[in-house]
Amino acid sequence: MTRHRRRRRLVVQLMAYAWMVAVWVLLWGDLSVANVIVGTVLAFVITTVLPMPPIDFHGRVRPLGVLRVLGHLLVEVTRASFQVSRIALRPGPAPRGAVIGVRLRSHSDLYLTITAELASLVPGSLVIEAHRLTGMLYLHVLDAEAAGGIEAHRASVLLLEERVLRALASDDELARAALPVRRAGSGRSGRPRRRMVRS
Amino acid sequence: MDSHTWTTVADVAAGACLLGGSFLAFAAGVGVLRFPDLLARMHAATKPQTLGLVLVLAGLALRIRSAPAVWALVLVAIFQMATAPVAAHLVGRAGYRTGKVPSETLVVDELTADVRRAEAERLGRAGTPPVDPEGTGGA
Repeated sequence: MTRHRRRRRLVVQLMAYAWMVAVWVLLWGDLSVANVIVGTVLAFVITTVLPMPPIDFHGRVRPLGVLRVLGHLLVEVTRASFQVSRIALRPGPAPRGAVIGVRLRSHSDLYLTITAELASLVPGSLVIEAHRLTGMLYLHVLDAEAAGGIEAHRASVLLLEERVLRALASDDELARAALPVRRAGSGRSGRPRRRMVRS
Repeated sequence: MDSHTWTTVADVAAGACLLGGSFLAFAAGVGVLRFPDLLARMHAATKPQTLGLVLVLAGLALRIRSAPAVWALVLVAIFQMATAPVAAHLVGRAGYRTGKVPSETLVVDELTADVRRAEAERLGRAGTPPVDPEGTGGA
């Protein structure tokens, strides 16, 4: 098991390196050997001088789930922007807000962080406090009297968390969050890898 | 279609993106000005502002059409999407903790209720009977 864990840490570290080198190359705007070398040196210096606390990640990345999260994010960000714009531009007083607490089902810092980030971008809600020990997320709702009201917002945050867990969590973590492990979602186009044959 | 047509299509799309982005940025500004409290203002400052900026960047990318510049714009968009919620969280949290959010303007305020309950429990352990936070603690 330790060898497995060490390999996983190495993979995470290599991904962080690749990201930093990519940012460096993108900032300079041209892919040259010199840029890649300097980027690698910088990535090494940054990770040794400013080490990050290790991320406690035991999950399994499901590409289809990640795509689903990103797709929903795109739609929701657009909806949120137009909703806030409409409220800002329409005449009359602003709607009354509310602060609600939502208890998330998983207790991982990583999923709490991702859910909180995404919840701030989707319509209606803004995270103002996250309590990692109890897994509570406190959100401000812009229009508390809108369709569905407070309970609808609570449900939408939980749905968001479920999507994040389905994209990243392992079967074990899903079970502990009391979410049924769904094979159909990833199985339909995942497991028996289909080869696309051009005829 | 020849290259001239494609240039026109890209230019029109760029114009649409720039106009849409400017509209959202304008709405964000109006929201920051008009909304009554700090937290409502943060809604305006994060959501339409983020998408507005991304649309303006997309419009620029369609107009400039040079790879290095476009990649730099992609980076700006990624960092904006990643940092705007964190910034809003920190401002909201700081404002809430320093009492800049009047609890009575809210329909429900479960955070204040939970904080009161936690304090009541702490006092209760110290010997004073716990205070029921006006029945809001049930949720």
